[in-house]
Amino acid sequence: MARKVDLKRFPGFQSMTYLCLILLYAPLLIVMVYSFNDSRSITSWGGISLRWYEDVFFGLEAEKFRAAAFNSVVIAIIAAITSTTIATMAATGMLRAGKFRGKSFSFALINLPLMVPEIVTAVATLIFFSAIGFNAGYLTILIAHIVFCIPFAYLPIAARMQGIEDIYEQAAQDLYATRFEAFKLILLPLMAPGILSGFLLAFIISLDDFIITNFVKGAGIETLPTAIFGAAKQGIKPNIMAISTLLLLVSVVFVTLSYLIGRMGQNKNGKQI
Amino acid sequence: MIKRMDAAIAVDIDNVTKRYGDFTALRNASIDIRDNEFFTLLGPSGCGKTTLLRCIAGFEDISSGAIRLYGQDIAELPPNKRPVNTVFQQYALFPHMNVLQNVMFGLQRLGKSDSEAKARAGHVLDLVQLTQLAERMPSQLSGGQQQRVALARALAPEPRVLLLDEPLSALDLKLRQAVRLELQQLQKETGITFVFVTHDQEEALTMSNRIAVISEGQLQQIGSAREIYEAPVNKFVADFIGETNLIDVDVKKITDGTATCLLPGGTKFSCPAAKGAHEGPGHLSVRPERVTIGKAKGSLITGTATRHIYLGTDMHIDINLQDGDVITARVQNSETANIPEVGDEVGISFEASAARLLVD
Amino acid sequence: MAGAISSGPPTSTRTYQGLGQYLMLPSWVIIGFFLVLPVGMMLIYSFLTKEFRGGVIWEFSLSAYDQFFFDRGLFGDEPAKIEWTYITIFWRSIWQAALATVLCLIIGFPTAWFIATRSGRNKAILLFLITIPYWVNLLIRTISMKFLIRDTGPLNTWLIEFGLISEPLHMVNTNFAVQLGLFYSYLPFMVLPIYASVERYNNSLSEAAADLYASKFVILSKIVLPMVKPGIIAGCILVFVPSLGAFLAPDLLGGAKNFMIGSLIEEQFKGNAGNWPFGAAASMILLSMVLVVLLFYARAQDKGGQNHG
Repeated sequence: MARKVDLKRFPGFQSMTYLCLILLYAPLLIVMVYSFNDSRSITSWGGISLRWYEDVFFGLEAEKFRAAAFNSVVIAIIAAITSTTIATMAATGMLRAGKFRGKSFSFALINLPLMVPEIVTAVATLIFFSAIGFNAGYLTILIAHIVFCIPFAYLPIAARMQGIEDIYEQAAQDLYATRFEAFKLILLPLMAPGILSGFLLAFIISLDDFIITNFVKGAGIETLPTAIFGAAKQGIKPNIMAISTLLLLVSVVFVTLSYLIGRMGQNKNGKQI
Repeated sequence: MIKRMDAAIAVDIDNVTKRYGDFTALRNASIDIRDNEFFTLLGPSGCGKTTLLRCIAGFEDISSGAIRLYGQDIAELPPNKRPVNTVFQQYALFPHMNVLQNVMFGLQRLGKSDSEAKARAGHVLDLVQLTQLAERMPSQLSGGQQQRVALARALAPEPRVLLLDEPLSALDLKLRQAVRLELQQLQKETGITFVFVTHDQEEALTMSNRIAVISEGQLQQIGSAREIYEAPVNKFVADFIGETNLIDVDVKKITDGTATCLLPGGTKFSCPAAKGAHEGPGHLSVRPERVTIGKAKGSLITGTATRHIYLGTDMHIDINLQDGDVITARVQNSETANIPEVGDEVGISFEASAARLLVD
Repeated sequence: MAGAISSGPPTSTRTYQGLGQYLMLPSWVIIGFFLVLPVGMMLIYSFLTKEFRGGVIWEFSLSAYDQFFFDRGLFGDEPAKIEWTYITIFWRSIWQAALATVLCLIIGFPTAWFIATRSGRNKAILLFLITIPYWVNLLIRTISMKFLIRDTGPLNTWLIEFGLISEPLHMVNTNFAVQLGLFYSYLPFMVLPIYASVERYNNSLSEAAADLYASKFVILSKIVLPMVKPGIIAGCILVFVPSLGAFLAPDLLGGAKNFMIGSLIEEQFKGNAGNWPFGAAASMILLSMVLVVLLFYARAQDKGGQNHG
């Protein structure tokens, strides 16, 4: 018998994949490793220690980073809650409300923050707030974050809603539920994994944003990324690597959570439909 | 079968048309579904039967006509204001609620107290023999059990009319047959009017008091199982329900519902005619099991046996007529059965009561 | 992101018929008021007169665009010559973004294909590994890259230790570093949409082609590539568009000589230049370029949609 040919295999594709993964992870892993470097110089290896983490939490700049982290988290929580709420309503409108005027326009509008280059959004927002005489500060950062978090929250929510047949809501209405009850008692609980997933992604996006924040933040207000950027401009010091590693881990944890929650929901409800 | 001519009309479907853009899903349908009746909407998939059911439930607006429930016009009511409940084809059990919560759902929406709802739900679960599974989640149930939960959930609020949308189609054959009997029993016990949608004629024939046959959005015939099977009004119904031979005839005269016509080969024959049948070329419907095969001499039609099809308990024998048409006879398989060899010249006969002139 | 760019308005059920506009209202208001309106405002600003050290004077002026395209000497009284400074910066940006797109495609396509053709668990794990960098802070990723390729960074140290080079390679503050940064930043953006396309590819097409005597190369070029083209185009756009307006990679890895559009714009608002109308004009030009790319993409997609019926 002739050798079986696997048509899904092309020569070199596997090595390319490994190359791709190495390229993506090597810089991150190296920074993580060097964040545990005991040496004062960032180039030579001086053994493992946690001194730079200690420095992040208790060192000279600890106060600055703590304030920035606090700002980042507060803004991310509020921005994620708001944008997730707006995105949930929008997904319900787009996927569950039949035809209405302005629907295709709405679709374009929701995706607009993804289409406009981030730096353009940043410039436009800065100009807008300045033109209407709105003082840069927490609120300007928050508003800008809500705007660009909407499409990121919308994606997993809409994907989930598309996977839920409207037959459940019909059954609820058939059993004397009003439309509001059908939404609250049936659609919302079934949507929960998608909504949570959207919330977590919006949170990460807000927490990570640098460019827009850098433009619209007021004087003296820093978020973690702007603080890191400012410090990195002076030169990459080991404490930057420690704080980067921490932020990186937060991202990984949130994305993993979002992913697992999304999958869990699918396993629970996906099969029997 | 009990005739209930004086019974109240449960669902009055009055000249209902449903259009989706250019497509007409249902055309001028008028059906009276009586109180306490097991009524079936039967037709091939895409014929409009499910559309009609969804119009009654309130999930679709009707384009014209009226739907009245015990005399009340419900066309403008949203689904949650209509005293009808639905058993969905895929059951649509709420995946995040257990069996008991599913069954209590409708009762709670109607404002029943928790204890009241629980008692009623328990009673209904008892009725469908699911009391032990009340705490289970839908995903932990078999298909048959899910189907019963769906039934219990729809029955719990004591709807005036229960709508069932092909509820047995997801079950395997054995289970389906058992559930048929249970459904019939349940309808009798509860006295609720059942409107049942199916494409499965056997289901329709075995369970229903009356059946409406629908094809391509058009109502074809309403009648009992026997009426529909034995006295189909037109070619579609005759062909769709069971198997039949459609024999080309030349109709000479129709008087008092009796047609006189010439069979292929020229034999003169009289039989009942469907209302609306007319003179000239037409079709007789004769069920294969009513066709008898014998000697050519003295038969109604002669032909040549061309094929045997073995079906287990029965055998189909195809007889080719001179004009090229084929008539199939169904013969019971037994040692004494008179089965002609392929190639034999045979004669075909049938009783006048076995034949019926159809509307084309 | 990939999903959004590749699918049109979804079909919808009617449970909440009639409520659509109310449900959309918050998105309309927020995005309309805080993104559409600001972009409009930016357009207006690009036609105003600059105030020194930031801000504008409300007087109509074409000087921002004039400054971008023409050189009229130090005092503005010489005959207009074409000003190459900014055009060069834009040209460099386009060139860098295009190169990054090609490099991402070369690595990204085989990766996407390989992952999509794995089974079960392996596929999920590989896909997840690609997804994580997609969500990790771009600033941190860029800083990591800078750390890695510094003159005294780990890469140079190792290369010297292994005796491959004797002097450290100067990579930071070169166009090469910017390119590396862009490529590294947006590689996952290429893999994910192509992956989605390959997922939908029906392998029996390859089998049919092989049955009809096609070699693997023919299968790849004549069957697979045309079928997954929508994913490839989406991936290219997702890499090209953000690369074009990138700020972090040119700023952290490129330095002053390797300016790209993003850094040019930033300098007008946060940096020393302080010329808002000019920054707004540059942003408008960038936005127009992106819109052209997106329109081109939408048209290509419409055509594809018609072909597939």
